[in-house]
This record gives sequence, C-alpha cells and structure tokens, in this order.
Amino acid sequence: MQENNATVASAASNEDIIAVQDLNKWYGEFHVLKSINLNVRKGERIVICGPSGSGKSTFIRCINHLEAHQRGNIVVDGVELNEDIKNIEAIRREVGMVFQHFNLFPHLSVLENCLLAPIWVRKTPRDQAIETAMQYLERVKIPEQAHKYPGQLSGGQQQRVAIARALCMQPKIMLFDEPTSALDPEMIKEVLDVMIELAGSGMTMLCVTHEMGFAKTVADRVIFMDGGEIVEQAAPETFFSNPQQPRTQEFLEQILQH
Amino acid sequence: MATPHQSLPDLPPPATQRGLLGWLRENLFSTWYNSILTVVIGYWLVTTLVPLIDWAFFSAVFTGEGPQSCAPEGACWIFVYERLGFFLYGFYPEELRWRPDIAFLLFAITVVPQFFPTPAVIKKWLAIFGLTGLPVAGYILIAGGHFGLEPVATSRWGGLMLTLILAYVGIIAAMPIGTALALGRRSEMPIIRGICVVFIEFWRAVPLITILFMASVMLPLFLPEGVTFDKLLRALVGITLFQSAYMAEVVRGGLQAIPKGQYEAAEALGLGYWRRMRLIILPQALKIVIPGIANTVISLFKDTTLVLIIGLFDILGAVKSTLSDPAWGNVMAEGYLFVAFCFWVFCFGMSRYSHRLEKKLETGHKE
Repeated sequence: MQENNATVASAASNEDIIAVQDLNKWYGEFHVLKSINLNVRKGERIVICGPSGSGKSTFIRCINHLEAHQRGNIVVDGVELNEDIKNIEAIRREVGMVFQHFNLFPHLSVLENCLLAPIWVRKTPRDQAIETAMQYLERVKIPEQAHKYPGQLSGGQQQRVAIARALCMQPKIMLFDEPTSALDPEMIKEVLDVMIELAGSGMTMLCVTHEMGFAKTVADRVIFMDGGEIVEQAAPETFFSNPQQPRTQEFLEQILQH
Repeated sequence: MATPHQSLPDLPPPATQRGLLGWLRENLFSTWYNSILTVVIGYWLVTTLVPLIDWAFFSAVFTGEGPQSCAPEGACWIFVYERLGFFLYGFYPEELRWRPDIAFLLFAITVVPQFFPTPAVIKKWLAIFGLTGLPVAGYILIAGGHFGLEPVATSRWGGLMLTLILAYVGIIAAMPIGTALALGRRSEMPIIRGICVVFIEFWRAVPLITILFMASVMLPLFLPEGVTFDKLLRALVGITLFQSAYMAEVVRGGLQAIPKGQYEAAEALGLGYWRRMRLIILPQALKIVIPGIANTVISLFKDTTLVLIIGLFDILGAVKSTLSDPAWGNVMAEGYLFVAFCFWVFCFGMSRYSHRLEKKLETGHKE
C-alpha cells in the first residue's frame, strides 16, 4: 500500500494492533457485515466513509463488542474478541470510543465523567486520576468547565468532554462513530481540531465520518464501505483523486458536490 | 427646545396590581356564571367550615378530667389526650414505653436533618444509619430480650408505633428487593428474567388483604406442627413482598427511560455489569422515578392499616377499639380525625421530602 504524505505526519508502525478476519454479522435475516478483512497498524489513522446503512458504524462497534459478530475473528492488541467477558473487558480498557450523541453521564459533573473509568476500572488513585483528567480537559480546551454538568454545555463542548473522558483511560486505540454528525455547523471545527491534534500525537484512530477535509488532513487510509462490504481502500490522495470503483466515484461525486 | 416632549399614553396596570377589588372581579366575578359559582361555593364554605372550626377549636374541650368535662356542642379532645398512650403504643407496657420513645427519637434524628440544609456527609451517614443501624437498634429497644432489656411480645405492640414499624421495615426492605427485581426482569439470562417476571406478576395480581390472610391463617396450616412464626413477622414479610413487586415495576419504568447510549458509553469504558448499574444506570433511573417511588411508599404507609384484619392493632385499629367505650359517648369523629391527622403528617412529610430530593438531584439535563 502507498505510504501517506498527508498534512499530519503519520506515526504508523509496521506492527498490527487490530486484525479483523472474515467478519460477518447478521441482524436477524439481514446480512449487515459481509466478510470484512482489515488490519490496522499501531498509530495508523483510518477514516471509514460510506452511505448510511452501509454498516460502517456497526463495523467499528464490533471492535469493542458493542455489537456481537456471528462469524470471523477480531484480535485487538493481542486479545481475541469472543464471548468471554474477561477478554471483552480487557479490550474495552484499551479502546476508547466517542459517540455521535456524546453519551456523557448527565448525573455526573464533567470532571466526574472523566474520573469514573480510571478510578473504577483502572483502580487509579483519585488524586492521580484528577490530575490526569485535568490534563486531558486542558488538552480539549475546557478545563474551566470541569465542575459543570453536561447539560450546561454546548454540543461541541460536550463532544470534547467525551473525547477527554475516553482519553482518561489512556487507551491505545480510539474509535470515533460519526463524532460531528450531531453538531451544529459552527461547532464541528472545535471538535475536529481536537481530533487532528490527537492524530498528531500518534494515537491509533478509526473514524467513521463524512468530514472529507479531516480525512485528507490526517488519514493514512480511507475506507469506503457500501452494502456491508469494504468496496475500496486507499491513501487519501489516491482515494479522492483517483477512485477505482464506480460505486466510490458515485459516492464522492455526491458528497463533494456541495 | 427642539422637539416638544410627547408623553406616553396611560396604560392600565397589570391585573395583579389593581387591588383586592380588581382581583375579586378578575377571578371570582368575571362572568355571570362565575359569580353564581362563587356565591354558591362561598355559601357552602361558610355553612360547613365555620361550624367545623367552631366544633374543633372554639367549642372544643381541651382540658379536664374524664368524659363528664366534655360539652356536647364541641369536640372532646380530652378523649384523645387520655387515650394517647394506647393510640401511640397499643398494649406496650406503660413502664417500658421509654424504649420505643428512644427508638422514635433515633428515627427523628435520622429523618429530620434530611429536610433542612445539612452538610451532605452528615446526611449520607444518617441515611446509612437509617437503613442499617436504626432497624437493629429499634428492634433491640422495642422487642427487648438483649442487654438485660425485658422482652415484650409482638402481640403487645400496637398503635402508631406499629404503623411506623410496618411502614419503615416495608419501605427499606422493598426498595432494594424491588430494584433487584427490576434489574432481573431486564436481565439477558432467561432463568433470572423468568423468575423475576413470575414473582412480580404473582404478587402484583393478589390483593394485599389476601396476602395478609394467607400469611396469618393459611401459612400455619402448611407448616409442620410446632413451627410458628411471629404474626407480626408474617405480616411484615407479606407487605414487603407485595410492595417489592410494585416497586420493581416503578423502577423498571425508570430503567426503560435511560437512553441506550448511556449503557453503551458505560460498556465502552470497560465498566462491568454491576458497576454500570450502580454508577451510571440506577442513579439516573431512580432519580427519574422519585415521584413514582414516593407514590408507592405513601400508599404502602396507608396500606399498613389492613393489618387490622389479622388482629394487629395499628393506630387505626387501636383508635377504633376504644370508640365503643360507652363511658365516652360518641367520640368517633375525634378518634378518626386524630388518625387522619397522624397519617396526613407522615404522608405529607414524605411527599415534601420527595420534592426536595427531586430538586436537589436536578442537573439541568433534558434528553
């Protein structure tokens, strides 16, 4: 595969951190993921795009077992993902996730949202967890909101808190499930800026997003999914300038038109 | 002077500032039928409330000795005063009543600060004491038999004391059992789900009065000879199981109102099932159903009067049993008003507490 020369320098190594083999998933009779194969290298940044219903969200939700798959193998950071709850929880500790609708815990303050998992899952002492949480809140540029509740923040701020909350677990991989789709247009940039900064730090990232500017800036690889399959994958410059598949060309025409 | 000053036109003041007459016209006499309603209701209030207040306070007799001091045109509060001991404690031995008094004092110390601005740490410890230490201390004090305290059989317990014991134990036992049942009913494990569904549907489908009858009449028939359970204990178990089923459905309503994203976010952070429930889901779900819980608790408090039918003398039973005393004549109204007043004080207190709690836990989040 062609190496990237994108704006944000890649930190991808040659070591695989995620290996997905022949992944299949059905919702009842509906075959939603069809034999997906994907290897992600440590530090690689992948953008997954595709029309709605293409299975892209379902795919990344399989990686931390928010969705169960019926056939195939997923190995994350050397741990095989199966029905064993120990393995699932081991993987979730190393995989952070950011959701479309933020999903902050409304009954806890911003700081407590960030402390919860480090204290209860990682058993970090409280003082140390607070120190780490404040570092990440500063990194997403809202340390001053630490004692407010999520309901008092704007959408963009909430999503930045959600990113900080995931980072507080110091995960090796970050999954983003359409992180900017529920935001007002003027708030998208503040979230993307945080994600771009994060990409620069060498984090392994899988992002389901329609932000093609973001894909061009940081992605090592862009994956196009349709109908539950990976139709095409390439480095962003190849992907956008010279898509091979007619289905990809059609999709790019649609979303790059406006 | 450039342009002459134009004064603004006078506007009528807002309705609320037009004085008493304005308010009366606005609210009570705005239309002809409104006026008629006002007059009719006013007439009714004057003809019923005035004599009632007169009977209960102005013509009433508060002090004196025995029935002969009472006047026929006023309430005879001496009756309530002289029988207060029985109304509050039932047949509990008079010389030992300091023990329930201490238990009640502990109860008051636990509960009253929750209504006033108190540091959160103190409230938390009082709440923990109320759920664990208080029932134990209360049992040791009231039942006796330990630490050199003379034992008092439960058949001698009665009055308001019994009502409070039934309600308190019922509430603090039904809360955790009900919550566990609600979680069980949503479990992914079919056996656990099945057990919880059957349990809830069984107890919810049977009237409390039947359960109490079963506990007091039928249960002894099924037990081997010589094995007896205390009648009060049987009533307590019956009330607790019955209320747990109701509580479970109230809590389940709250669990269902929590968006799926909350479960997913908690899972994605690596929290296990019990921590997800305890730290994320239940705090939010229980907060949502505070009005429902308060409702269940208040109805439980009032349902305790049903123990009368199995021969336990709660406050209603105790008062009722004294009303037939010929020496006092007709004191029914006084007795029942006293019971109503006691119930109102406690139920209103619970209602206010639930409102406070709701306000306090509000974090400005609306989904």
